[in-house]
Amino acid sequence: MLNRQGRPTAPQAHGVADPAAGMGDQAARLQGDASPVSGSAGGSHPTFTGNKALAQIEPLLFEVGRTDTTGVDLDEPEDFAPRLGGLERREPIGLPGLSEPETMRHYVRLSQQNYGIDTGLFPLGSCTMKHNARLNERMARLPGFSDVHPLQPVSTVQGALELMSELGRYLITLTNMTAVALSPKAGAHGELCGMMAIKAAIEAKGEGGTRNVVLVPDSAHGTNPATAALIGFKVKPVPAREDGWVHVEDVKERLGPDVAAIMLTNPNTCGLFEPQVVEIAKAIHDAGAYFYCDGANFNAIVGKAKPGDLGVDAMHINLHKTFSTPHGGGGPGSGPVVLSERLAPFAPVPFVRAGKGGFELVEQESDAAEKPFGRMTAFHGQMGMYVRALSYMLSHGADGMKQASEDAVLNANYIRAGLSDLLSLPFGDKPCMHEVLFDDSWLKDTGVTTLDVAKAMIDEGYHPMTMYFPLVVHGAMLIEPTESESKSSLDLFIATLRDLAMAAKNGDTERFTGAPYHAPRRRLDETRAARSPVLKWTPPVPVAEAAE
Amino acid sequence: MRYLPLSDTDRGEMLARIGVSHVDELFADVPRNLLLTEPVDLPRRKGELDVERILSRMSAKNVPASSVPFFVGAGAYKHHVPATVDHLIQRSEFLTSYTPYQPEIAQGTLQYLFEFQTQVAALTGMDVANASMYDGSTGTGEAVLMAHRVTKRRKAVLSGGLHPHYADVVKTLSDMASDETVILSPDVAGTEDILSQIDDKTSCVVVQTPDVFGNMRDLKPIADKAHQHGALLIAVFTEVVSLGLLKSPGSMGADIVVGEGQSIGNALNFGGPYVGLFATQSKYIRQMPGRLCGETVDADGNRGFVLTLSTREQHIRRDKATSNICTNSGLCSLAFTIHMTLLGEAGLTRLARINHANAVKLADLLGQVKGVEVLNRTFFNEFTVKLAKPAADVVERLADKGVLAGVPVSRLMPGAGLDNLLLVASTEVNTDDDRAAFVAALKEVL
Repeated sequence: MLNRQGRPTAPQAHGVADPAAGMGDQAARLQGDASPVSGSAGGSHPTFTGNKALAQIEPLLFEVGRTDTTGVDLDEPEDFAPRLGGLERREPIGLPGLSEPETMRHYVRLSQQNYGIDTGLFPLGSCTMKHNARLNERMARLPGFSDVHPLQPVSTVQGALELMSELGRYLITLTNMTAVALSPKAGAHGELCGMMAIKAAIEAKGEGGTRNVVLVPDSAHGTNPATAALIGFKVKPVPAREDGWVHVEDVKERLGPDVAAIMLTNPNTCGLFEPQVVEIAKAIHDAGAYFYCDGANFNAIVGKAKPGDLGVDAMHINLHKTFSTPHGGGGPGSGPVVLSERLAPFAPVPFVRAGKGGFELVEQESDAAEKPFGRMTAFHGQMGMYVRALSYMLSHGADGMKQASEDAVLNANYIRAGLSDLLSLPFGDKPCMHEVLFDDSWLKDTGVTTLDVAKAMIDEGYHPMTMYFPLVVHGAMLIEPTESESKSSLDLFIATLRDLAMAAKNGDTERFTGAPYHAPRRRLDETRAARSPVLKWTPPVPVAEAAE
Repeated sequence: MRYLPLSDTDRGEMLARIGVSHVDELFADVPRNLLLTEPVDLPRRKGELDVERILSRMSAKNVPASSVPFFVGAGAYKHHVPATVDHLIQRSEFLTSYTPYQPEIAQGTLQYLFEFQTQVAALTGMDVANASMYDGSTGTGEAVLMAHRVTKRRKAVLSGGLHPHYADVVKTLSDMASDETVILSPDVAGTEDILSQIDDKTSCVVVQTPDVFGNMRDLKPIADKAHQHGALLIAVFTEVVSLGLLKSPGSMGADIVVGEGQSIGNALNFGGPYVGLFATQSKYIRQMPGRLCGETVDADGNRGFVLTLSTREQHIRRDKATSNICTNSGLCSLAFTIHMTLLGEAGLTRLARINHANAVKLADLLGQVKGVEVLNRTFFNEFTVKLAKPAADVVERLADKGVLAGVPVSRLMPGAGLDNLLLVASTEVNTDDDRAAFVAALKEVL
């Protein structure tokens, strides 16, 4: 529904219209400038508001809030005599406020348009959407963790440093590595940290001028080549083989005195463990280069294999995947990096060490006995995530973490076994790790695409799998159930996908191409969004002006 | 294990369905000699009660900001966050969702990001803002890289009033990428001559206001000089509440504005997770790093939101991307936008005035103590005092007396010869009693 200015409308009419509050579309609606709205999911029985019982459409904050409304009680300071050097703001900002009840309702309604792990199966490959235990949230909110400042005297934060030290010990034990840099703020930031350590090590050997190539398999996450390029490396691709594995001879072929490192994801993005990983590591080391491992898929092997045993020099660990710190709609993450003995001296500041009088925090390069390459972030990284991750690890214990990995792998293979006769497996019907990859050759001649299948899954109450990644497979569908799913949940999921597969093969294209029919929105026009970007709300132009 | 739904019976049936007899057959590609048969050398699983005991014991070894008179700032600030905020961010649909790759079932996340972007653009006085960065410091590093892309130059000039951690993050990134970084010496008085540092090779000037010592900086002359030479001005802030009272960086001519949003909606968390705010002018949007949310319509013509302009990003462009960033600070940006919605312009302005008024009161009280000199003529809610003794020792002794007094400059800038300087922050949480306790303890120590 477009209004007279050609802008999409927010179909909603509750509250009192007040054009001064900037409620353009809503005001227009109350003045009869719009007709009843069908909302989503087909147009039967349209409602005046556009709402459908519990499915509420929520206008933008800027369409309901007012700049003179506040939901926080604060007293004006007495005798205000500013010392701001004449730099006070003189014009309005344009920030609407809401009272507390209105705020609550606004965000509750928004939340109800979201799918989360607590809603249902979230099989997003490479993302490890496992259960987020609320114990971890409670622990992260203990005042000794949430209400301490990073620059308080070290004597007043000994428990926080102990927690960091303990988390580091757990990560080092699980990976059999030498050191850990906790501070990176996310997976990609961890990659950057690991590659910086490698660059520092190369420069320390005096080879900075010559070793500037990084090998990256075609199946890698986009962050790998982006990270390498960001700090001046040239990226050389390693092509994918038809079995989904990286072959040691393909790596050897590209090795030379100019190669700094390989960035290898293991288990890889095709859902397979690299069987030649030890040979690849050896070849890399023999050539004087380093082995960076993308640890995005660590959840498959926690307690089953140690990256350090495989020859890894640096690996980031996504605490928000493997150790269940909540994904939060896209962050915050946390990406600690474990380092081999060869790279440990270059770990960035800050880090915790045990001293005579308790834990010490090394914040300056000059205070380190080693050769830190620098600093990744202000302060000490994602403490709130460290607490949640350690809470997860303590809960599972060594036995539970091993069991979780086994269950994650078992669940993915169960889905593979349940679908292998109807969907197409690009690398043959062999065991996968914690995620299973299908391509779209099973959709050939149906008129249905991977995207359509994903949207039809939404109607069935599922969050879709990862689509079109990895790039080495046509129309990829990467399914990662995680260990959090019960057998009955998997059985229903398999049955649903079987039904969708049969429907696609039987020519029921409408079920796919028009999907989703039942989501809070029908399919959204992403092309329009990119062609003429509207990245913030702007006050509507009065209709009279728009007509000129 | 309470988080694992499968029973041994389930596992047996599933292995049979897959056609293997033992789970380790699924790990066949792991070299046999490296496949662990026993659990690693860590403790066994624990129930909730035991985990709570262990972590509560660790937590109890720290001194929470709320438990003492508290004046520690320097880039992270103790503010009061309304109860509503933490309740809402813990809603399942927000907490346990992911990057909104499937917009039809992620409108909640997408709409709040759109609202967040609008709020940040308004606060900073800029055209567009992204959906947040990891934090202020990493955002500053990204801003410098962006300026290099826009100007096709490689030299950044960093003010001596920039938070040293921010400067270190920029320098680490620049050194690795073989770019040039000029960092001016610590500028306690806020009077450095940065204009003479700008020339035709300069890609960007990075200036923080209020600066790390608390001084206000007028960005206008710096912006003008930068623009004369074809360079960009990157304006940095570490205390977002100041924007409620101060001229926006955009109105003073900034090309990129980047800063820390922790003060609104987010706890101290010992340094993270925080939320980086990043805004720029429309003409640079395709050079902007990070996630962006945009407005569009669905197949029925209803308004909806999607992630957009992703051709800038790593998952599409790989080694030619604007940044390697893959995520944002989703939940922290939600906390920010909820708190900002509760405040509204009226509340934010008042909060900023309270912060400033409390800092003025504190500065006047401290200035009357023998052996204390307040160095700032201008400040927002943080200022620098010169003590008669090394600040690090004073802070330790005050901590023993139950007052957390601030950040010794020597902790941020060791070896700069500023050992007697102390950064003192004051927010709405400080009371007359807090201030009196601080003054009394200081008199005993000096």
